[in-house]
Amino acid sequence: MALVTLEGVTKTVPLVDGGQLTILRGVDLSVEAGEHLSVVGRSGSGKSTLLNLLGLLDSPTSGVHTFDGADVATLRAGRRDRLRGEQVGFIFQQFNLLQGRTALENVVTPLLQATGSRFWHRKRLAAEMLERVGLGHRVDSMPHRLSGGEQQRVAIARALVREPRLILADEPTGALDVETGSTVMTLLDDVATQHGAALVTITHDPAVAALASRHHLLDAGVLSAAVPSSTRVARTDAPDGPSELTAVGPLLEGGAA
Amino acid sequence: MNRVVTGLVGAVVEAWAELRVNKLRVLLSLVGVAVAVAAITATTGVGALAEQAQREQSERYGGRPATFVLSVSSTGAAPLDADRARDAFDSAAARHGITWTSVHTYAQRSVQFVDGVLEVPTEVVDVPFAEMHRLRVTEGSWFGDRDASRLAPALVVNQGFWDRLGRPDLATHPTVTVEGADAVTAVVVGVTAPTGWEEPPTAFMLPLDRDLASPTAVAGGYGDEQPQFEMWVPTDDADALGELVRAEMASELGDDVDVQASRQDYAAGVEGDPFLPVKLAIGGVGVLVLLLGGLGLVNIALVTVRQRIREIGVRRSFGATAPRVFFSVMLESVAGTVVAGLAGVAVAILVVQNPSVQGFVAQGQLEDVPPFPVGAAVLGLGSATVIGAVAGLLPALVAVRVKVIDAIRY
Repeated sequence: MALVTLEGVTKTVPLVDGGQLTILRGVDLSVEAGEHLSVVGRSGSGKSTLLNLLGLLDSPTSGVHTFDGADVATLRAGRRDRLRGEQVGFIFQQFNLLQGRTALENVVTPLLQATGSRFWHRKRLAAEMLERVGLGHRVDSMPHRLSGGEQQRVAIARALVREPRLILADEPTGALDVETGSTVMTLLDDVATQHGAALVTITHDPAVAALASRHHLLDAGVLSAAVPSSTRVARTDAPDGPSELTAVGPLLEGGAA
Repeated sequence: MNRVVTGLVGAVVEAWAELRVNKLRVLLSLVGVAVAVAAITATTGVGALAEQAQREQSERYGGRPATFVLSVSSTGAAPLDADRARDAFDSAAARHGITWTSVHTYAQRSVQFVDGVLEVPTEVVDVPFAEMHRLRVTEGSWFGDRDASRLAPALVVNQGFWDRLGRPDLATHPTVTVEGADAVTAVVVGVTAPTGWEEPPTAFMLPLDRDLASPTAVAGGYGDEQPQFEMWVPTDDADALGELVRAEMASELGDDVDVQASRQDYAAGVEGDPFLPVKLAIGGVGVLVLLLGGLGLVNIALVTVRQRIREIGVRRSFGATAPRVFFSVMLESVAGTVVAGLAGVAVAILVVQNPSVQGFVAQGQLEDVPPFPVGAAVLGLGSATVIGAVAGLLPALVAVRVKVIDAIRY
């Protein structure tokens, strides 16, 4: 059974002039447990809205959205919040670490919403997770004392500390240089694999997208399957390769946001 | 249950972390509350001191609650038989187990000072009178049982009298001459505490000596001095007891003697708390001060919550429910104001218990310094908690209304 499914999902928002803006149009998507998936698209194409829907932060205007087999539309707000806390981990482009709190305290934050032993052993779990992302020696460091790569690694530890089944990364390397971004992305990919968590990455970096096992293009609210440019050469022999590459190539090589 | 406990502990941990991280902001925002709580607690505490001083002052004049005055007068041709009236009062009081009793009569007596003779108001009382009227003696001592057997009558005088004598050391047994038909030398054994800046001389003496040197005294009787008998009884059923003693005295003294009973203490005839107006006035000022402190807190809390929108969004994205965010923001406010309240109460206790403050408030009229009123401390802490909850309500509502998606990108 798929972890998350979107069937014919549409998202519209009202405009000031009384009109409607359609952000997502008939999106069909299925995310299986443990798979890694990338979504690319231009600015304003609806990538973040799609991520918010997948992460239970937003609701579709129409269509069916299921999470672990449950119809999300039938879930009450509190249940949806708890489900998000238990099953979804977010990684943001700007890290969004809580200022004034150490790396350890930042990683503890999601565990404050947990129950049982995870709540009571939150500091130990957070320290172990920081150790796994290679920051065991920086547990007491404040965010402003950490480099961009280190901050994103803290964010990864924070996203994974409750062992979610779905990790949503919104431009996770967007604020990092190429080398650091590559290191961080490799780490995220590895840790997510170790945890068996599904990873959905929104990116415009072909190298980042290439790490995913499945690729999608979002253009003007329409989601379609795609092949990243870095795999173009390797995939030119594929029967349907050329048509996909024609559509995706320009986006991945510079036009994507 | 588990979720409730972890939710509660989690909210407390979050609130504490927020307070710790924003120490300076919290400190600044809570200074007003701490000052307000200190003010409301201190004014309540000082009010209790003032109330006690006022109560003691009232008790010095009218006796402690419930003090009954039984006035006895002759309605016939014959003068009142003093001993008979006294016996009737004593036997009635003894029948009802009343031990705090005293005769109380007034008369002017001529006292020879170095600069001349002065008419001095003199009160004839029994030994228990000092306790019944909270009389304090600052020099020497009040009358004792041995004073009844003195050959020279004993006097307890006020500060004015003592000043007039030149403030002699009472260990030297200073004497004065009480003029009259039979001039007598009296020994000053005690000086009462001052009740004002300028006091004309007055004196107390025991009943044994009531007819000594009194220009109006008639041997064996009270003459023009209307005898009054006082008794201090429990306030419960005091009126019934007073009437009972009056009736028994009247019955024993016969038709030619009129006996009137009345309460003269401050609590007589007052429904409810006689100091309620004072308390209300003090409380009103305190509430006003607290409201001003609370307004400042709301202001800062609102600005702060707007600065924390991204943080709230991050918490929501990691599963914090709206009630949890609401509770957490409220708790921050309440936890902060409770700490501020504790500090305010501590300051208030230090101020109110300071001897200089007590002396200033009571103007030397305080005999029984009351302990710091627990009610004032509870009021201060309670007010701090309420103001924290009220001040936290608006920011908490703002925090709950934050759209998570917008907040993360804020």
